[in-house]
Amino acid sequence: MAANGDSQTVSEYIVHHLTNLTYGKLPGGYERYDGTIVAEGGQWTMAHGADEITAMGFNAIHVDSMIWSVGLGLLFCWLFRRVAVRATSGVPSGLVNFVEMVVEFVDGTVKDTFHGRNPLIAPLALTIFVWVFLMNLMDLIPVDLIPHSLMLAGVEYQKIVPSTDPNITMGMAIGVFVLMLFYSIKVKGFGFVKELTLNPFNHPLFIPVNLFMEVVGLLAKPFSLGLRLFGNMYAGEMIFILIAALFSVGLFWLLPAALLQIGWAIFHILVITLQAFIFMVLTIVYLSMAHEDH
Amino acid sequence: MNINLTLIGQLIAFVAFVAFCMRYVWPPIAGAMAERQNKIAAGLAAADRAGHDLEVAKQQADEQLAEAKREAAGIIEAANKRAQAVVEEAKDAASAEADRVKAAAAAEIEQERARAQEKLMTQVSALALAGAEKILAAEIDADKHADLLKSLAAES
Repeated sequence: MAANGDSQTVSEYIVHHLTNLTYGKLPGGYERYDGTIVAEGGQWTMAHGADEITAMGFNAIHVDSMIWSVGLGLLFCWLFRRVAVRATSGVPSGLVNFVEMVVEFVDGTVKDTFHGRNPLIAPLALTIFVWVFLMNLMDLIPVDLIPHSLMLAGVEYQKIVPSTDPNITMGMAIGVFVLMLFYSIKVKGFGFVKELTLNPFNHPLFIPVNLFMEVVGLLAKPFSLGLRLFGNMYAGEMIFILIAALFSVGLFWLLPAALLQIGWAIFHILVITLQAFIFMVLTIVYLSMAHEDH
Repeated sequence: MNINLTLIGQLIAFVAFVAFCMRYVWPPIAGAMAERQNKIAAGLAAADRAGHDLEVAKQQADEQLAEAKREAAGIIEAANKRAQAVVEEAKDAASAEADRVKAAAAAEIEQERARAQEKLMTQVSALALAGAEKILAAEIDADKHADLLKSLAAES
């Protein structure tokens, strides 16, 4: 930031932007940033700095990610519920039209890809598409606007794009993975075991090899799903931050940085939509594969 | 990149939102859209049917019109025939009546004539007898020649 460029290096600026607002449990005996020692048995507190977050390990929660993610999810539910209440078979208008367009688009994608009959798939795809899109959309808000405002209000860290948090993307991917396992077992029963053990080499001798390959293939699905979204959004966010850091380099960089900012933002409109769409389509494809009996 | 409880939190939120969407969002919207689709399809079908019905009705109307025309023509023809027949009948009746009247008149005339002739004959024979009586007053006796005079009267 240009405002406090004197007291903050560029790398500090970037790291600050990539640190979540975290609430967690510090282990006993840990020395905090101000030199105090955490009492025996640990202590639940707001983390101060990346080191403390690392020390908290799994017993921590990214408050900013959760608030933005749940908030955007609630926004989706509220918006679509409002339309659902008003939906009639008469002539639609305004917001209803827009929501129906989204619903029809998702429905068309589901029907193209998923050939079984499952009332869960379409609502699932709709939720994923709109929710992920909204989370990605936060990327287009200027990187300093909300974090800096909140910092002035006393909140130290703030990451407003939930999909740049691997916990968020993997949380959804794991949800999809659980559904994949559930429907694989429900639809195929014992056939699912056969699929894991007798593919691609259909011989009892090869069962360990098959099992290894199939399990790796199976586990790769949620990881590719969650990490693809995370990677894309994280990289996009990183470039926004780097461009923002350019502003503090010198007056000469103001105009190029501004142009870069606009250019990348326009390009990012495509990226965020595409990533939301890919997440949705892959979910449908994976669940479709879970339903197909070979 | 710290994996922590956020993962679980997001998983719970994900399940909750999907459940909400599946229960309260998707069915009403999809239902309304499907219903509208059916309505439009039904409307189009009804329009098609109405067009078809109109055509059928037109055809029927044309047929009925033609039928009515045929019937009317038949009725006129029958009426004409009937009128002709009535006229013919009337003519026949009139001429028959005329013949009858004529015949009656002729018969009466004949009768009249015969009567007049007989009367005339009687008068002539009386006149002739009177003349002859006057001429032959002396010569001929009425009683003696009565038979002769009678046969003369019958002859004429």
